[in-house]
Amino acid sequence: MGCSREVIVGFNEMHAEAVAGVVDRVVNRYRRDPTCMLQILREVQEACDWIPPEAIDHLQATLGVPRTKIEGVAGFYSFIYTEPRGKYRVLFSDNITDRMQGNRALMERLCNSLWVERGKVSEDGLVSVGKTACTGLCDQGPGMLVNNYAIAGLSEQRIDEIAELIRNKVPMAEWPPAFFKIQDNIRRADILLNADFKPGEALLAARARAPSDGLNASNMRSWREGLPSGIGGPAATLDEIKRAGLRGRGGAGFTTGLKWEACRNAQLKPGHQRIVVCNADEGEPGTFKDRVLLSRCPDLVFEGMTVAAYAVGATRGFVYLRGEYRYLLDHLNAVLANRRRENLLGKDICGLPGADFDIEIHVGAGAYVCGEESALIESLEGKRGTPRNRPPFPVTNGYLDQPTIVNNVETFAAAALIALNGGEWYAAIGTKHSAGTKILSVSGDCERPGIYEYPFGVSIRQVLEDCGATDTQAVQVSGPSGICVAEDEFDRIIGFEDIPTAGAFTVFNKTRDMFEVARNYVHFFQHESCGFCTPCRVGTSLLKNLMDKLHYGSGSPYDFAEIEKLNNLLQSMSHCGLGHTACNPVLDTIAKFRPAYDKRMMQQDFTPAFNLDRALSAARQMTGRDDAAAHLENEHGGQS
Amino acid sequence: MSHTFTLDGKVIPFTEGQTIIQAASAAGVFIPHLCYHPEFKAHGSCKLCTVKVNGRHTASCTMRAAPGMVVESETEEINAERRALTQMLFVEGNHFCPSCEKSGNCQLQATAYHLGMMSPHYDHFFPNRAVDASHPEVLLDFNRCILCSLCVRASRDVDGKNVFGLSGRGIKTHLIVNAKSGQLADTDFSLADKAAQVCPVGVILKKRRGFAVPIGERKYDQAPISQTADTTEGR
Ligand SMILES: Cc1cc2nc3c(=O)[nH]c(=O)nc-3n(C[C@H](O)[C@H](O)[C@H](O)COP(=O)(O)O)c2cc1C
Ligand code: SF4
Ligand code: SF4
Ligand code: FES
Ligand code: FES
Repeated sequence: MGCSREVIVGFNEMHAEAVAGVVDRVVNRYRRDPTCMLQILREVQEACDWIPPEAIDHLQATLGVPRTKIEGVAGFYSFIYTEPRGKYRVLFSDNITDRMQGNRALMERLCNSLWVERGKVSEDGLVSVGKTACTGLCDQGPGMLVNNYAIAGLSEQRIDEIAELIRNKVPMAEWPPAFFKIQDNIRRADILLNADFKPGEALLAARARAPSDGLNASNMRSWREGLPSGIGGPAATLDEIKRAGLRGRGGAGFTTGLKWEACRNAQLKPGHQRIVVCNADEGEPGTFKDRVLLSRCPDLVFEGMTVAAYAVGATRGFVYLRGEYRYLLDHLNAVLANRRRENLLGKDICGLPGADFDIEIHVGAGAYVCGEESALIESLEGKRGTPRNRPPFPVTNGYLDQPTIVNNVETFAAAALIALNGGEWYAAIGTKHSAGTKILSVSGDCERPGIYEYPFGVSIRQVLEDCGATDTQAVQVSGPSGICVAEDEFDRIIGFEDIPTAGAFTVFNKTRDMFEVARNYVHFFQHESCGFCTPCRVGTSLLKNLMDKLHYGSGSPYDFAEIEKLNNLLQSMSHCGLGHTACNPVLDTIAKFRPAYDKRMMQQDFTPAFNLDRALSAARQMTGRDDAAAHLENEHGGQS
Repeated sequence: MSHTFTLDGKVIPFTEGQTIIQAASAAGVFIPHLCYHPEFKAHGSCKLCTVKVNGRHTASCTMRAAPGMVVESETEEINAERRALTQMLFVEGNHFCPSCEKSGNCQLQATAYHLGMMSPHYDHFFPNRAVDASHPEVLLDFNRCILCSLCVRASRDVDGKNVFGLSGRGIKTHLIVNAKSGQLADTDFSLADKAAQVCPVGVILKKRRGFAVPIGERKYDQAPISQTADTTEGR
């Protein structure tokens, strides 16, 4: 692991004093608070292009935190670099949809044009080109990030333009703004996306719902303390949420009213406060509806958080925004500032004495597991994003050990509308078991990819028809950790009673190789495992190796049994949902698309994964040879 | 107040706040474990101590005992799963027991024996991990690290030093030491630290002490881990 840091050349050079200056500025802005470690590292990197050892020296001194802790945090997140990665850090989104849209060829093109090897830094230290997990641009891919800013709709021409800009060292602020235009692509809107919502409306409605007597008095000290249970604005709001039958939109579908109530009822230790967290990590490949909600109706989301704060008695709020959505940050902060001006955030909100609540945004740095709520809280505390041991749960012991609710972006947006229009109104939409609407992020093989909001109960077939998908072989619903639905199941419906979903809806037509789809997802899980627990850390690597083995034609039926066994182990022994679901894509596709696997079963008996010819590829590359004599035999399968 | 739960049918008393493994070991019942150590806050990462509580898998080192719990541990199913985890740990690192100073005193090896592990089963990863021999008294052989974080906890919570930490993510998770150079010699680590004594495997080794006790006469050669696991762990 010993990092060689001998010469830091060219573009990454910065004097130690300059680095210290940057660190001081950033650290002071974060009140020298070590719980803001990830935000501090992210901002230092925005200024220095990486985290040089001198920055860690200075952080150690100014934050009073040991180096092991700082390096431990920095090393956890894909987008934080403790080695120089160039002035321009290009990451191609490598979701299956990006692949279907030809990202690999574009990446080759950029690498060739810039004379840089994939995954490496150019010799002059100017640029690096690598890949990253789904960036949430599936409906307008292929996508990429340059220094964490998203660029969608890549084409050969765009790649050539980008290469030119990088070669000429044009600062990113001077790149054509059109490059950074991200479309909302709303194809079907319903109550959420159609909402003609005026900021503050829902809060006023919530306040109005309070029996006139208790309200002001009950809010003298805090939003919650001193409230006789069962009456008053907060309790009435909570009742509406319960009446609505709202369930979480982040995947697990937990009943929102119960979660909020548990947090509201949790004992507050002296000096503690309740916390509301909006989960905008949206890391599940193929999901991009939270991006659109945040860009299209941020006020609705923030208002939902404020309604939640009102209901549970919270005074502090966070949005955990995935690093890939960094480009939304400034706009979102502007919306928050405006809400403060309008007295919709801050002290005595809407003129209610004691109604204090504010929201700050933390930006992630490339770690899917941080979408898991307890890992998210760890990350908010400035730590490695490792899921916690539970119990205790966040509702009692969350952010800095305080009672905390974590909800998805869409859940908060729905909560705002419920506060506005009432629980009954909401419960009447959708199905008996699934109230309300669900926003789907549709991508893959269809004519009209984008955002579709439906009342729950819509069939897969209907969605396929609406998005113009023909000749469909399969739909991956809810991303790799969801389920793969085959043609004979297209009459199944979206809803908690049948197919629950966090929103991804990825369409594959009959030309697609479902084995390669599963293999892409397995690589994703392997890359994103937090590494805390043995089964997931090692198991996802073993699974990846097995899928690669099949891909290279060394698979035998024996390997199916191994996959089955790994799945059982990951299901029963893993620490968090990532490990529990990591085998899903493989099991689903084996069950439903067996021919895609059989095609690869070149061997009937067990065959080792090791392949001498493949092992020689490094030697071939070094010697620049690829002629027949440099090969031992013909390889099966294609490139990795 | 004292309560009880059952572990493989046996009645186990526990006191409020005790975890399943604590209560079990107080009652003289062994549950395999690697990242748990009675003197430190539980970590819950290796998952070797997994049991079934009322039919659901859970780590016994982090799960608090509750009255009336029905806990299963020594079942064929659970031991097969534990065996697979042990195999995973073996292939993840580079463990060549016959030439390892820790052989016979190693909890991973002893656990593998206990679980009847006959082969590594999975393909070895053969990771490339450098050895840190910078320190005058102690050698760090990262090839054998199982990421249990005991040294991290000992250094942080007992020695008050933070000499060790985990960095990286996923399969690239690795141990780091508290020095800009990345070398143990440049930290304030000392042989007298608690952290020098807790490694369950052969990573943190005293220099110039090779095979003082011959293989065959070491701790787990004398008695299996199920009979010796107690507060002398890691010695
Ligand atoms: C590996 C993993 C990743 C997750 N990612 C997200 C995510 O990106 N966004 C999200 O809202 N929930 C995610 N979740 C679910 C959260 O843990 C949590 O259940 C959710 O935020 C609760 O909000 P809800 O009740 O409103 O759905 C993830 C869970 C796991 C296990
Ligand atoms: S640490 Fe233990 S398991 Fe690893 S090589 Fe040494 S004796 Fe074997
Ligand atoms: S060095 Fe030893 S004690 Fe420390 S994490 Fe690795 S295996 Fe555990
Ligand atoms: S590392 Fe996350 S489930 Fe184990
Ligand atoms: S001993 Fe319990 S998880 Fe390691």
